[in-house]
Amino acid sequence: MSERNVPGRLASEGLTQGSRTRGGIGESTLRPDGTLKVTGEFAYASDLWHEDMLWGHTLRSPHAHARIRSVDVAEALATPGVYAVLTHDDLPAATRYGLEIQDTPVLADGVVRHHGEPVALVAADHPETARRAAAKIRVAYEELPVVTDETSATAPGAPVLHPGRTDGHAAHVPHPNIVHRQPVRRGDVAAAKARAAAVVTGEYEVGMQDQAFLGPESGLAVPAEDGGVDLYIATQWLHADLRQIAPVLGLPEDKVRMTLSGVGGAFGGREDLSMQAHACLLALRTGRPVKMVYDRFESFFGHVHRHPARLRYEHGADRDGRLLYVTARIVLDGGAYASSSPAVVGNAASLSVGPYECPNVDVEALALYTNNPPCGAMRGFGAVQACFAYEAQMDRLATELGLNPVEFRRRNAMSQGSVMPTGQAVDSPAPVAELLRRVKAMPMPPERQWETAGGGPDLRALPGGVANTTHGEGVVRGVGYAVGIKNVGFSEGFDDYSTARVRLECAGGEAVATVHTAMAEVGQGGVTVHAQIARTELGVSRVTIQPADTRVGSAGSTSASRQTYVTGGAVRHACATVRERVLALGRTKFGTYHPAWATAELLLEDGKIVTDGGEVLAALADVLEGEEPVEAEVEWRHRPTEPFDLRTGQGTGHVQYSFAAHRAVVEVDTELGLVKVVELACAQDVGKALNPLSVTGQIQGGSTQGLGLAVMEEIAVDPVTGKVRNPSFTDYLIPTILDTPAMPVDVLELADPHAPYGLRGVGEAPTLSSTPAVVAAIRQATGLALRRVPVRPEHLTGT
Amino acid sequence: MDFLRPDRWEDALAAKAEHPTAVPLAGGTDVMVEINFDHRRPTHLLDLTRIRDLYAWQTDGPDVRLGAAVPYARVIAELSGPLPGLALAARTVGSPQIRNRGSVGGNLGAASPAGDSHPALLAAGAVVEAESVRGTRLLPVEDFYTGVKRNALAPDELIRAVRIRKAAGPQQFAKVGTRNAMVIAVCAFGLALHPDTRTVRTGIGSAAPTPVRARAAEDFLTAALDEARCWETGRPVPPAAAAEFAALAAAACNPIDDVRGSAAYRRHAVGVMARRTLGWAWRQYTDGTTGERGERCA
Repeated sequence: MSERNVPGRLASEGLTQGSRTRGGIGESTLRPDGTLKVTGEFAYASDLWHEDMLWGHTLRSPHAHARIRSVDVAEALATPGVYAVLTHDDLPAATRYGLEIQDTPVLADGVVRHHGEPVALVAADHPETARRAAAKIRVAYEELPVVTDETSATAPGAPVLHPGRTDGHAAHVPHPNIVHRQPVRRGDVAAAKARAAAVVTGEYEVGMQDQAFLGPESGLAVPAEDGGVDLYIATQWLHADLRQIAPVLGLPEDKVRMTLSGVGGAFGGREDLSMQAHACLLALRTGRPVKMVYDRFESFFGHVHRHPARLRYEHGADRDGRLLYVTARIVLDGGAYASSSPAVVGNAASLSVGPYECPNVDVEALALYTNNPPCGAMRGFGAVQACFAYEAQMDRLATELGLNPVEFRRRNAMSQGSVMPTGQAVDSPAPVAELLRRVKAMPMPPERQWETAGGGPDLRALPGGVANTTHGEGVVRGVGYAVGIKNVGFSEGFDDYSTARVRLECAGGEAVATVHTAMAEVGQGGVTVHAQIARTELGVSRVTIQPADTRVGSAGSTSASRQTYVTGGAVRHACATVRERVLALGRTKFGTYHPAWATAELLLEDGKIVTDGGEVLAALADVLEGEEPVEAEVEWRHRPTEPFDLRTGQGTGHVQYSFAAHRAVVEVDTELGLVKVVELACAQDVGKALNPLSVTGQIQGGSTQGLGLAVMEEIAVDPVTGKVRNPSFTDYLIPTILDTPAMPVDVLELADPHAPYGLRGVGEAPTLSSTPAVVAAIRQATGLALRRVPVRPEHLTGT
Repeated sequence: MDFLRPDRWEDALAAKAEHPTAVPLAGGTDVMVEINFDHRRPTHLLDLTRIRDLYAWQTDGPDVRLGAAVPYARVIAELSGPLPGLALAARTVGSPQIRNRGSVGGNLGAASPAGDSHPALLAAGAVVEAESVRGTRLLPVEDFYTGVKRNALAPDELIRAVRIRKAAGPQQFAKVGTRNAMVIAVCAFGLALHPDTRTVRTGIGSAAPTPVRARAAEDFLTAALDEARCWETGRPVPPAAAAEFAALAAAACNPIDDVRGSAAYRRHAVGVMARRTLGWAWRQYTDGTTGERGERCA
């Protein structure tokens, strides 16, 4: 089925089919945290408080690359109110950590490799005291030459940032300042070139985007009597943090107990550790609870960013507008430490051609070590950068062939059964052409929509907004299309599982379910969806979601559009196990009363056990009354994947693909170079919308984040010094509501037979195609080539 | 850091005389950010929020006397008629929350070249009332800005009010930022027609070390309008004159390249804004309207 949403109208209207238990999957049940967040009452990790707690503060490097000659903490330590100052020399156990490669120092070990790298920690009885004491730490730096791009990082004699690498990628990279390199080769590009009727080549650049989550890094570490520590923390994956923190503290994992605190967004920026180990180290050193909260300025240095990229593409097509070959070279800047660069490279390489059939491919993607800020996970994860480039190429090739850009894409759109450049066949619906058709068919927003009945312009509807830069002068409309492909779940052979514990019991005469997972609710709505799944599977209305913590097994990361799929799948599977046990219990207690107990297919619905014909056999509460709670814990895995071949990139590397298409309508003040995105329409296949309202929210949020990359969002790093120039929301701009257009959303639900409920991960795909669609629209309005995002007024005015 | 909270203006002046490094504080939208970021650490903060006089405005002959702490939200709501240029500028300041607290006095005290009210004050012709225990000085606003974030106040002086000539003709203000709301100016331009004196005044923001008037552009246009008898006939500004005015406005800039924009873009954009605001203002003049057009506020 498909459903059309317009802004202001709930996606759930008219959608009533599904479970007979209210509040189950397919309904737009409201999220429990929504009202609290809107009214400012939600407790975030930055609101944590403990009697007698100390405040931790981090001293960071002012240089992008320097040797530390000496560190003198005496004056800082002597400051009244200061309880501890820690440097690298004070670390009790492991001194490095990392998601994939343990290359990141807990505190700088004689060298700093990027601006803002943590050098020392202070714990004091007041945050201001801690900050002032940190300023008294005397660090003697000897500045070293910086490498900031591919040329400087791989030049003869370039400083090697991580000498003596022993990680799994070290052996196959062409230079030690390359983290990982992944080729993908399919078919015969040379032969295809000879047959090409149209060829376009282009070089593209993507700036460094920040996740800009609203709740800065924060947490509270409380030392325990058993020598361990309890950490309350805003993160994306409790167990990945645990795996990295425990060795740093020199503690077994069961002595480090973690509980998720209120998380204000993540978008990939909380996959890596920030202050987790630091707060625990200070707490264990002082024997006092220690809270750490970054301010906005520090937050820009406290997490990884989206990899900036330089991409060179060549596309060739035949006279009929069919792609013959694609070659590409994608260079991602990973910054000073590896973070998740290897996986980002795998995505960029394997998804580099986009959602198109192309028989001949020769691609390589690589990530560099440089002295720029470390880059890692961000919504779209390597696929965003590629999508900006390949969609620009598709538009140019369409022009070259004299074809409409949507028609050209339709001719090359992949579908179920298509084979990826990696050799992997797409074995579930891939409605790429249909998504494009749908966004193209949507009604266009009216022309000159800033004109009012009163005669004066509505400035809010014009480029520049109320800053009054135009009343229509210089304004030209443009329309652009784009479509993208994103993998769902962790890829390349990763053992990607989730754990769920579900309990059903009788409480107060009613059957109630409890769901316990370690899933990080970062704002995506997972808590809401878990309750919906439990209602549908167990037929109860009351579901309690336990706080996420490490008393239950890993739920994997709230990343890669995977949580509803994988942890949702685990919750569903645990519910099914509980259901079977409850039915067995019912048969034992009441089986003799009705033959259907033995013969019929039995369901749990609306608090009752019913036959598939709808006959009620027993109330769930009566079955559970006087019994021990029925509980099940399961680990659930999606289909296994395999690594990509290191030379050819061939392999069944991905679990599932998701697709979204956008049509952007923009108005550009061509004289001032200012852009107003008038409308950003999206069509996306979600397999099955477990919560249509949340799905629409994800699509609109992702589209907006893509819009931000298109026209404003960039961390500016000085190319000479490697220093960040705009670490604040004053100069790192994200879209305001006046920059956020109407976003009609068309949701397609074509079930993936391999996924729970047929669902398809939602969160990332809309972030991909949004950016190239907006830029394509600006190109149409201006006639400019625009090879770089974000597009700045200077690019549009030649200044 | 000591926190001084005078109840009366005289006490505030005495406190400033006693502690010349004290930083005055009203809305706190600038000062508190600097303190929170540890960019400044004054020995004393001088809280002016108890002095109600600073939150009032009066008509004083041909002028509006605007208390230094009257927030932008009230400038928009109450003074769009007599001070249309300043009201337009006030609409572009920060967010609704900031406009509820920030004030023209604060903008002048900070003297950032990017302050939104400066181009409008320069174009309208404003005079800053600076007071100390020694007495009152009236400083024309074009003499007030002395450098990047520096102004002509003596260490013991406080800004009490700004006297701004009530508009006798149309005024316009335009500001370029790289998003459509809540943005610091990349550059800005203010323009006021003064039909009573048949003159034109301008103000440029964020395109030189201080806010500046484009005097050559003003002089050129004043002469050109005179020569073409535009004031009395109401005939359109000759396109060549508008183009020259724009070019001279751009030439009055002395901008830098920074993270917000390039110098070349700033020069270019000031020229475009000069031409457009002149067109809008002149149309208002010939239509017989002096205030704002019917733009709606976000």
